[in-house]
Amino acid sequence: MPPTPDTAIEVRDLVVDRGKKPVLKGVSTAVAAGTVTGLLGPSGSGKTTFIRAVVGTQKVKSGTVEVLGRPAGSKPLRSRVAYVTQDASIYPDLSVKANVAYFAALYGRGRSEAAAAIERVGMADHADHLAGNLSGGQKTRTSLACALVIEPEVLVLDEPTVGLDPVIREELWDQFRELARQGATLLVSSHVMDEADRCDRLLLLREGRFIADDTPADLRAATGTANLEAAFLHLIRDLERAD
Amino acid sequence: MSIRITFITAGRILRQLLNDHRTVGLILAVPALIIALISAIMDDAPEVFDKTGLILLAAFPFMLMFMITSITLLRERTGGTLERLMTTPTGKLDLVVGYALAFGAAAAAQTTVAATVAFAFLGLDAAGPAWAVFLICIVTALFGMALGLFVSAFATTEFQAVQFMPVFVVPQLFLCGLIWPADQMAGWLQGVSDALPLTYAVKALAEVQVNPEVTGAMWGDLAVVFAAVLVATVLGAATLRRRTN
Ligand SMILES: Nc1ncnc2c1ncn2[C@@H]1O[C@H](COP(=O)(O)OP(=O)(O)OP(=O)(O)O)[C@@H](O)[C@H]1O
Ligand SMILES: [Mg+2]
Repeated sequence: MPPTPDTAIEVRDLVVDRGKKPVLKGVSTAVAAGTVTGLLGPSGSGKTTFIRAVVGTQKVKSGTVEVLGRPAGSKPLRSRVAYVTQDASIYPDLSVKANVAYFAALYGRGRSEAAAAIERVGMADHADHLAGNLSGGQKTRTSLACALVIEPEVLVLDEPTVGLDPVIREELWDQFRELARQGATLLVSSHVMDEADRCDRLLLLREGRFIADDTPADLRAATGTANLEAAFLHLIRDLERAD
Repeated sequence: MSIRITFITAGRILRQLLNDHRTVGLILAVPALIIALISAIMDDAPEVFDKTGLILLAAFPFMLMFMITSITLLRERTGGTLERLMTTPTGKLDLVVGYALAFGAAAAAQTTVAATVAFAFLGLDAAGPAWAVFLICIVTALFGMALGLFVSAFATTEFQAVQFMPVFVVPQLFLCGLIWPADQMAGWLQGVSDALPLTYAVKALAEVQVNPEVTGAMWGDLAVVFAAVLVATVLGAATLRRRTN
């Protein structure tokens, strides 16, 4: 089935080995444009590996990954897709402002856009601080600003809210929802189940396969549980019983 | 390749360097101080100092560029910024040439300070024009940069990167003619010396030393160093992988 224009990310039979160890064992999914998709799974299940395949920095063994109808990581995509790595990828010896301005400039965006992005992640008070002297959460937010400034069509975020307090997390999720409403497609990995409820669709990764690919409401209904935490435990127990 | 992105990249790298005041101070002051020390050591033999001092003018930016490039690039690799850059419109060549521009500017500043001190205050003498000395120093510095770029791919920690100094830099310094004339070494060593690019930088400087006009031989030697810059740069760029495991 060719990807329809409404499919932003199309993954087919993706197999990835990392250091001889199979990490993704043939996963497929389609992410609709203008939605927020949550990527969940235990630590070490392959979330980062999947995300790296989507942005085109991961060597893959077989299968295809297409973003906006083109092979992942291909040149035309590099100005349309933004990636926020799990560990803040910023320059510790540059100020917050200089970091965001640099990434902004790579995409032809100016200082005012950079200032706006810093404002959006609540870092305006620290704009002149060296990134190396920031707290973990502040680094994460700076790294996020470096991606938001691009106003990408596809935004891929690897655990962007780890270590952030509930207020800023809530604000960021409001922004993610707003970006999706304006037409952007977001793929967000997370550990936190209450964030899963703010996604349009959820992918649950376990031992190299998706054990769920559904809306939060359908997942709760299918498992007969009230919250997603319980739904996932239910799914995992079922699988373990089957093994 | 994009000229715009290359300059943005060079600007970012220079800003990183300028934010580190202590490194800037060391870059600018250390070569001049060491050359002053050597001149005092060779107090009784100004003609020996003329040779050694001139070689040191090129040797310092070479070592410096090797070190700062290998460590800065290693930080890009291990800090995740390289992976991030590879998802942006930045091309490999934009990054590599950005590094060359930024660190080339640092080498130019270093050479200017060291050469001014050596020629104006320490009585260093060369028959040829100052611009030729300057040009040779910059090309040699770029070779250090390209070599650093290449070897950074084989280091996984900064500690390892520093250990590459004695492997890639020190033998070239010993064999280029700095501590002993190449034509007075054991025959097989002369062969090794002839294969090392830094030797040609020293030969080019020797030409400037004795000839008031720039010679064809100088251009020939400089061309060898420049070719080495290109080869090492291409090899270095090839170690930048968009997809990794
Ligand atoms: N560079 C690497 N070389 C070899 N194996 C790796 C490498 N990086 C990760 N792995 C392995 O691949 C598997 C998946 O890792 P990945 O980083 O994708 O997990 P994750 O779901 O993102 O985990 P976390 O939630 O802790 O970030 C893990 O078992 C890990 O040990
Ligand atoms: Mg991860």
